[in-house]
Amino acid sequence: MCTFARNLEQGIFKLFIMTLNTLRAVLFLVFSVAFTNLGFASQDNEDQDKGFNATEMIMHHVKDAHEFHIVDWDNKPISIALPIILFTDNGLTTFMSSEFHHDDSGTHIVEKNGERFVKYHEKIYQLAPGVNSLTFDEELHPNNATTPLDFSITKNVFMMWVTVILLFIIFISAARKYSKSNNNIPRGVASYVEPLIVFIRDEVAIPMIGEKKYKKYMPFLLTVFFFIWINNIFGLIPILNGANVSGNIAFTLSLALFTFFIVMFSGNKNYWKHIFWMPGVPVPMKIFLMPIEIIGMFVKPFSLTIRLFANITAGHIIILSLMSLIFTFQSVAIAPVSVGFSLFILIIEIVVVAIQAYIFTVLSALYIGMATAEDDHH
Amino acid sequence: MTITGIAALGAGMAVIGAAIGIGKIGESAMNAMARQPEIQGKLQTSALILAAFVEAVALFGVVAAIIVK
Repeated sequence: MCTFARNLEQGIFKLFIMTLNTLRAVLFLVFSVAFTNLGFASQDNEDQDKGFNATEMIMHHVKDAHEFHIVDWDNKPISIALPIILFTDNGLTTFMSSEFHHDDSGTHIVEKNGERFVKYHEKIYQLAPGVNSLTFDEELHPNNATTPLDFSITKNVFMMWVTVILLFIIFISAARKYSKSNNNIPRGVASYVEPLIVFIRDEVAIPMIGEKKYKKYMPFLLTVFFFIWINNIFGLIPILNGANVSGNIAFTLSLALFTFFIVMFSGNKNYWKHIFWMPGVPVPMKIFLMPIEIIGMFVKPFSLTIRLFANITAGHIIILSLMSLIFTFQSVAIAPVSVGFSLFILIIEIVVVAIQAYIFTVLSALYIGMATAEDDHH
Repeated sequence: MTITGIAALGAGMAVIGAAIGIGKIGESAMNAMARQPEIQGKLQTSALILAAFVEAVALFGVVAAIIVK
C-alpha cells in the first residue's frame, strides 16, 4: 500500500516533469519560430559566440541599407538585391548590390570600368588606385578611399516607392468610384478614405487655415498625412524588415522643407510684418523680437523634422532592445517578458504612427495658417 | 562616468521634464473636459498639439544622446 502510494507519487511527479519539459520545448519552438519570422534571430545566434552586441544589431536595423535583407537561413543571408547607382569622376557606374555578396566589412572588392568599390558599414567607398584594402584613421574612418556620389535605390527609397504606388492605387480608384457614381455616394475604397479626408478637412485644414483659404492647401496636407502614415505603417511590419523610412532624418527633413517653402511663399504682408517689425510693441522691443522671430522661422521646420524622426526611430529602437534582452541574458525565461512587452509597445506604436502623421499635418496647417492669417485683431 | 553615461543621464532628465509637462497637459485637459464636455473634440486636438510641442523638447535630448554616443 505504501509502495503503491510512493509509486503513484513518483508517477505523477514524472508526468509533471514531462509536461513541464514539453511545455518548455513548445514555448521554445514558438519563440524561435517567432524570432526567425522577425528576421534577425539567426544573425543574433551567430553573434552570440563572439558576444552579442545589441547596439550594433539595433543600429543595423534602424539604418538604411543597400540590400533588402529578409532572413538568415543556415547562416546564409537571404536578401533582395537593389541597384547601386554611383556617380564617380568618370561618370555613371551602376551594378546590383548582390555583387558585394552581402559583405559589409569592406573586404569584397567590386570592379567596374577600372574603378574598384567596397561597402563598409552600408557606405560605398571607391578605393584609391593600387590599394587593395581599406585602412582607417584614429576615428575609424577609411582614409585611403573616396566616397562617390551615391544615388542608389536603397531599402528606404524602394519602400517609399511602394508607398507611392499604393497611394496611387488607393486614391485613383477612390476618385474613379466618385466619377462613376451619379449621386456622389462613396462606394468601395472611397467609403474608407472619405472619412479620413473629411477629418483632415474639418478638423485640421478649416480650423487652422480658415474657411476662405483652406482649399489651396488641402492637396499638400492630404498628401503629407497619408504618405507619412502609410510609410510609418510599413515601418512596423517585421517581415519587410521594418524599413525605417519615416525614421530617416533626410526623409523627414525633406517633408519639413516642403512645409517651410509653402509657408515662405504663402506668407502675406501681415506675416512678414510680424517677423521683422512686430506691431503694437515699443521700438526697443521690436528690435529685440526681430532675431527671435527669425530664429523661430527656422526652428519650426527643424522641430517638425526632429519630432517625426525621433518618434519613429525611438519606437523601432525600443522594440529591438526589448527583443535583444533575450540574447543579452541568453535565457529563454526572459522571452515571455520581452515578447509581451514588445507586443505592448507595438500596439502603442500603431496609435503613435497615426498620431505622428496627424501631428505633422496639424502643425504644417498651423504654420500655414499663421502665415496667411488676415490682420483683423489690431 | 563616461561621456555616453552622461548623455544617457541627460536624455533621462529631458524625459522627466517632458513627462511632467505632458502629465500636466493631460490633467488640465481632463479637468476641462469634465467641466465642459461639449468642447471635448477641440480640447483633445489642442492637448495633442501641446503634447507634441512638449515631447519635441525631450526628443531633442534623446537625439543629442544618440549623436554623442
